[in-house]
Amino acid sequence: MSDEANKGLLSPLRRKLLMGMAAVPAITMLPRASFAQAPATSAVNTTGLAVTDTEVTVGILHSATGTMAISETGSIEAEKLAIEQINAMGGVLGRKIKFIQEDGASDWPTFAEKAKKLLVNDKVAAIMGCWTSASRKAVLPVMEQYNGMLYYPTFYEGLEQSKNVIYTGQEATQQILAGLNWIAKEKGAKSFFFIGSDYIWPRTSNKIARKHVENVLKGKVVGEEYYPLGNTQFNSVINKIKLTKPDVIFTDVVGGSNVAFYKQLKAAGIDLSKQALLTISVTEDEIDGIGGENIAGAYACMKYFQSLDNPNNKTFVPAFKKMWGEKTVIGDVTQAAYLGPWLWKLTVEKAGSFDVDKIAAASPGVEFKGAPEGYVRIHENHHLWSKTRVGRAKLDGQFELIFETADLVEPDPFPKGYQ
Amino acid sequence: MFGDYSLGDLGSIFVMQGFAGLILFSVYVLMALGLAIIFGQMGVINMAHGEFMILGAYVTWMTSSFFQSYLPSLFSGYFFLAMILAFVASGALGMLVEWVLIRHLYRRPLDTLLATWGLSLILQQAYRSVFGAREVGVELPQWMLGSLHVSDSIEVPINGVFVMCLTVLITVGVAYVMYKSRWGRQVRAVVQNRIMAGAVGINTEKVDRYTYGLGCGIAGVAGSAFTMIGSTGPTSGQLYIVDTFLVVVFGGAASLLGTIASAFSISQTQSTLEFFMSGSMAKVLTLLAVVGILMLRPQGLFALKVRK
Repeated sequence: MSDEANKGLLSPLRRKLLMGMAAVPAITMLPRASFAQAPATSAVNTTGLAVTDTEVTVGILHSATGTMAISETGSIEAEKLAIEQINAMGGVLGRKIKFIQEDGASDWPTFAEKAKKLLVNDKVAAIMGCWTSASRKAVLPVMEQYNGMLYYPTFYEGLEQSKNVIYTGQEATQQILAGLNWIAKEKGAKSFFFIGSDYIWPRTSNKIARKHVENVLKGKVVGEEYYPLGNTQFNSVINKIKLTKPDVIFTDVVGGSNVAFYKQLKAAGIDLSKQALLTISVTEDEIDGIGGENIAGAYACMKYFQSLDNPNNKTFVPAFKKMWGEKTVIGDVTQAAYLGPWLWKLTVEKAGSFDVDKIAAASPGVEFKGAPEGYVRIHENHHLWSKTRVGRAKLDGQFELIFETADLVEPDPFPKGYQ
Repeated sequence: MFGDYSLGDLGSIFVMQGFAGLILFSVYVLMALGLAIIFGQMGVINMAHGEFMILGAYVTWMTSSFFQSYLPSLFSGYFFLAMILAFVASGALGMLVEWVLIRHLYRRPLDTLLATWGLSLILQQAYRSVFGAREVGVELPQWMLGSLHVSDSIEVPINGVFVMCLTVLITVGVAYVMYKSRWGRQVRAVVQNRIMAGAVGINTEKVDRYTYGLGCGIAGVAGSAFTMIGSTGPTSGQLYIVDTFLVVVFGGAASLLGTIASAFSISQTQSTLEFFMSGSMAKVLTLLAVVGILMLRPQGLFALKVRK
């Protein structure tokens, strides 16, 4: 027994020594093997990732087919744009980024399988991917088992943190609380009606929102309703809204249901310029399907709007449209997906290595000043510090910025007092 | 839960809620009619029903874009033309599908389930490739938006009234065609006994093709109408398929009256329950009730008496 324990203790040391010895010839070869200032592959890649002297491979893992393709298409486009721009600037540690795109097909086991394929067969240095929480939860054990690095773009319910994931979207408290505070102050709102699709993200978000409304804002939740994903009939809940007359309708309805909900709200004569509605699930992408005339006047609470007026965004939006067409719109998640490759590049350069362990350790504190949303920094908990903004939907399908937090909001995936 | 509200409030809410139930009823009938013909009359389990509906929705979207760009002055009336085009497009695709795929499977009705399911996947991906993965927004003329102001608290959504009128019109049309016209008699004859119908000189292949086409065409019109209340995307058809089958099976497969009765009972149960509990729970209870009744009456509400 003790022998074996000793072996266990000794072997990492011995391995390190051996590796050190192996590295000596590599270092002496360095001047010949390297191009320009690019550091030698053996130095920046000690774990056998797909890194050559000129190229580094990353994976893109989203649904290009199936129900989720509606939402994930924008993320794929943003990640490809970021990769192209990084390559045009000379790549990462002197290496061009090559990407392998896999299709999760809106099916969670497929996501896990493809993630494994990317890590084990293709040895990608990082994966930009996943969208729904369900797909992330399916991929997470794979990332942890094979020690991969995932850049996850969607705003989500929180209650998760992993060494192997960087969450580039906002977690629930970060997204919701500032918006609720604003609407309570601005509109003097006291009563809230919650409507959501029936799955983990809306339920967790509403739980947090309810605690905040009741404990902090001292308001009242007059209704909390959930409808199955894909539900297309909202007349009953609209009647309940008419009956309870809430100051604010707070919604996290997703997907095709959104379109039905706003169309029926309008048809029922609820005028969003008079009835305050705060959504955390409608971005410019969704408005494309809903139609600006059906949602004009509603408030959305997230961290990015296409209409943001800052120098970064003013170069980002035209670049995106140039690559993907004049008519494409850019929503919150699309922007967060764009951050993924950039944050990875910056972290790799900070760590001076493609090794996943080193990237995970170097991530906290990495800041991206070129973010279209303004400025972001990675927190110790692998989420991003970011501002929260409220926008009002306009007829043309864009948001008009109404409010933004003065400072970056700290990500808090395990919020105390909200669980 | 009613303690806090005035009598006037309650009265108007009951009116509104009744109306919500009626709208749901019309929506159910409209989406189930096409399937009632295809599944009910022909016995083809058409899993691609939702995709035929969405074809109608996309045709509506294209018509609306066309009118916006080229004939903005006539935009307010484009919807009627769009519905006709939707009928033609879905019907034509339906007839093509019948000729290529379905006619080989009449003797193996269970295989139609698999074949049409495959077809639905193919169509979804085709829409995605042609129209893009994102949803498209169908712009409606101004007069179809908003609501009729009856009293301060009672407002009737115009699109709901529109769907109701359309449903009545199409139901009457279908009933007339199926039960009064010569062609309808042929359809029913083929359904009851294909061989004998052929023997007395009915061109059964032609009848089959047109019946399938009619069912798909009506699905197209339904899809077109649903652009007013729902989304238009490659997979939006999936949102309707479960409810559609539920209505048709619960009503009794071969009966038009059954379809209407079943749509009525399901929609009223659903919307009443929705008012007293959350939407998800209402759905669960409705489904449980349907399952319970189907266990007692496996043939559905209205079963055709057939000599076996």
